[in-house]
Parts: sequence; C-alpha cells; structure tokens
Amino acid sequence: MYSEKVMDHFENPRNVGKLDDANAIGEVGNAVCGDIMKIYMKIENGIIEDVSFKTFGCGAAIATSSMATELVKGKTIEEALKLTNKAVMEALDGLPPAKVHCSVLAEEAIHAALKDYSEKTGIEIDLPETKQKFDCASFHKAQSETDA
Amino acid sequence: MAVYLDNNATTSIKPEVCDAMMPYLTDIWGNASSVFYSVGQKAESELQKLRESVAKNIGAKNANEIYFTASGCEADNWAIKGFAFANKRKGNHIITTKIEHHAILGACEFLEKHGFNVTYLDVDEVGYVTPEAVEAAITDNTILISVMTANNEIGTIEPIKEIAEVAKKHKITFHTDAVQAIGHIKIDVSELGVDMLSLSAHKFHGPKGVGMLYIKNGTRIDNLIHGGGQERGKRAATENLAGIAGLSKALDIAVSDIDKNIAHMKKMRDKLITGLRDRIDYIKLNGPDDERRLCNNVNFSYEFVEGEAILMRLNMKDICASSGSACASGSLDPSHVLLAIGVPHEIAHGSIRFSVSEDTTDEEIDYVLDVMPKIIDGLRAMSPMYEAFEDGKLESFTKKYMEGR
Repeated sequence: MYSEKVMDHFENPRNVGKLDDANAIGEVGNAVCGDIMKIYMKIENGIIEDVSFKTFGCGAAIATSSMATELVKGKTIEEALKLTNKAVMEALDGLPPAKVHCSVLAEEAIHAALKDYSEKTGIEIDLPETKQKFDCASFHKAQSETDA
Repeated sequence: MAVYLDNNATTSIKPEVCDAMMPYLTDIWGNASSVFYSVGQKAESELQKLRESVAKNIGAKNANEIYFTASGCEADNWAIKGFAFANKRKGNHIITTKIEHHAILGACEFLEKHGFNVTYLDVDEVGYVTPEAVEAAITDNTILISVMTANNEIGTIEPIKEIAEVAKKHKITFHTDAVQAIGHIKIDVSELGVDMLSLSAHKFHGPKGVGMLYIKNGTRIDNLIHGGGQERGKRAATENLAGIAGLSKALDIAVSDIDKNIAHMKKMRDKLITGLRDRIDYIKLNGPDDERRLCNNVNFSYEFVEGEAILMRLNMKDICASSGSACASGSLDPSHVLLAIGVPHEIAHGSIRFSVSEDTTDEEIDYVLDVMPKIIDGLRAMSPMYEAFEDGKLESFTKKYMEGR
C-alpha cells in the first residue's frame, strides 16, 4: 500500500527528536484524530540551519514528517514557505488517498514553526493563507454534537 | 518465518481439512440438486452426511436446521434481515449491542431505513452485556434479539445462555453471532437455547467462502438469496460441496480437540498479557481480565503511540497482528468496540490485538515479548505526546491501570 520511499522514511526516519537549541517550534494536529506533528527548527540569517521532528501518528504521518524536514533543511525561509503538501507527496512517490491529510499536516507543521519564529523574533514572514483542508477535529466536534 | 498472531482475523487451513476438501474438487463434482442421475445423487448423499456431522457438532437436534452460506457475514445478514422481514407483522423492534460485528450493525442500520427500530445496548467497561439490560430493553414490539457469543476485538464472552432464557421468557427469537466462538468455547445450540447461530469456517482452520446459519425448526425467516430450491428452498445457489466439506472437517477437529486447544491458547494468551504488562508501562488491557475473556485474544492500548505505526514496525519483524486505530481501518474513527467500552479516541488509536491459536509456540511469544517493548520505546521516543507527558504537560490515561501491579 505504501511506496518504497514511504517505507524507507518510516523505517529509517530522518531528523527525529527534539532540537535543544531550536528557535522555532510548530505543532499541529490532534490526538483525537490520531496524528500530531511537532517541528523544531534552528534558523539563522534566514536559513533553516537545522530541523527535526516528533510525530504521533501512523506510518504515513511519520514518513511525511521525515521527508518534510529533509526538504526544508538548509533552505531559506522563503523557500520553506513554498513547500506544499503536493511536493512532500511527490518526493515520497505518492501516498494512498486516505493518507493525503498526513502530507497536509506536514506542510502545516512547517508553516507553524515559521510562524512561531516570526512571532518570537518580530521578523515579518509572509505566511501563505491556510488552505481550507479537511479538518478532523471539527469533524469530531460536529459528530459529538449530533450524537448528543 | 512469520509469527502469525492474527487468528481472530483468519486462521491457516489445516492439512486434514484440505485433504477432506479434495475429493469434492476432483471426483465428486456433481450438482447436489441434480438427483436424477448418479453423479448428482452421490453429491447429494455426501452433502447430507456433511450436514448431519455439522448438526451433531453444534448440538442441533436435526440436520435440516443447518443452512450452509457463503460466509459468516451472509449468515448474520440473513438472520437479521430475513427474520425481520418475515416477522414484521408481529413487531418492528430489534435489540442488539454496540459491540457487534459490522455484519450485524450494518444489517440493523439497513433495517432502520425500512421501518424497523433498533436498540443498540451499551456495554460495560470490559464489553459485557447483562441479561437484565437486555430484558429492560424489551418492548411489546420486540421480535428479535441478537448478541454475539464472543467479541472479535476485545474477546469478551457474553452470557448467551442467560440472554437466551430472557428471550424465551418473552417469546422473542434470539440470534447469536458465534463466528469468534467456535473452537474457543464449547457451543451446543440446544444447551444454549438459541434460535439462530452464525459461524464461519475460516475462523477455525477451515476454508474461506463458507459459513453456516443454524435456524431452529419453527423459526420463520425470509430468503436473503432467491433463486433455486437449494437448502430446503431457503437459500438459493448450487451447494459449495468442497467448502462445506472443509467446514465440516474443520469443525470436527475443533470440537474434538477443544479442551486441549483452550488450555494451550490460555497459556499463550496469559504469557503474552503478563509479559507485556511486565515490560511496558502505560498500557491498558481492553476487555475482561477474567474467565469472561476469549482464550486466544490479547488486546492492549499503548499510550502515546499510534496503532498503524506499531503494526508496520511489527511487520518489519515479521509479526502479524491487527489494530483498532482509525488509520489501520481506513476510517475517521477508531474501533467502535473500543469507543463503546469508554476508551478515549487518542488511546483507542494506539491499540493492538494479538490473537493466538493452538499452533502458537512459547518461542513465538518470547520473540514478541522481546520485540514489542523496543517498538513501543522507539515510537514513544519520537512521539510529541510522550514528550509532553514527560514534561508534565499531559496526564496519562492508562496510569490508573498500572496501579496495584
């Protein structure tokens, strides 16, 4: 069901763990939905010098986190902002339809870390508008309301 | 070689079962309904013998109460829909539980679109349904009660005999889905007092594609499959003689070896449960921790990690298991059974079921006990939830299940 690249990034995830000298941290997702991604970055002179991740989630969530960190490592903030979920998917040779949201989460986690950096440093970053994606948390909220 | 611990999903075909099927794929290929020539007559007389053997092995009084189907799923669908439509003049209310297999739940949801009302009973924190709760749900319109003999995910054995007594007292028909029970619990339909019972051959080392519905004589039921006059006109389709022979042989073995098998499976199950508890913190056993647990089922939630990732890591070590996480099932919600016993979503996502068989060895359990803690440690090391827990920012849900151990 998964491509060889996804399996490789799941079996040997790159850049795992907490980055102790991170100056930008982004966390997205929701435990209720089954995936949380946390990205740590060390940014200097507009360049992402180092990056790492921690992810609670399925195989695809771990693989997309790993690939997303690889794709932004050593890049400028502007370049990282251009990273799309589609690019993460392509780099992994695709994802099953039910797992596309994992790549969306990876894109959002990168953006969240950059937003955190902007807020901490006052450096203005032109964050792209959040695309309206499927949102598991609001699905569950709506669900619990209709169940009640 | 793979360590196969997913026997609640399916089982391997025993060589004796395969041997018993072969004659019906070679020499005895006639149509059991074509009784005007010897080729068909031979098939028909073989079918009758197989039916009698199955009847005897489940304690049915008559062989004509055995109806072969193409699956346990079909047997469940037939019992629910066939009975409901045949008896709708008597009432339109059905009682079942929240932890049934989707074959039952799906059939009930379908009936709700066709004028029937269904009560889905709550279960307790280990998945147990009480006869009192069943009785309290009965109304003047209740025509059918369906409660599974044992749950496929968390292994809860339900009080079927007592529920059957309640049903009998109120003159309501009682069906039980015994798909997971055969080979794991002694089943005698007469002693249990059930009116209908479903089973599926591939759950007890028989072939896939064949199941059975026991229908006690005198039970009114409509056809699910219309067509020819097979199965006393109640279930059309040319009989799958090879499959039926496989079911019959597998049942024969399961019934004759049951005491020995249960003892072995319980030993393997308990070794796994105790071993996992000793080696891994922050886990919760789902389902009963006593005699009400199916002899082959082990289901734990591992906090701070997700089930599909665990399954994939297990697969890297050649261990086959299953998960109740939403990701593993391809849906948005984790297992309906885990949610019904009150396991929160985030904990349900991290659940893994191991199900042993009579062929499971001590060495296989030892191997799993060696591998599993490393997998959980590895995934927790990359889990932001575990980090939050270690930093004191997140309370553990499973902590209370570790106390006193």
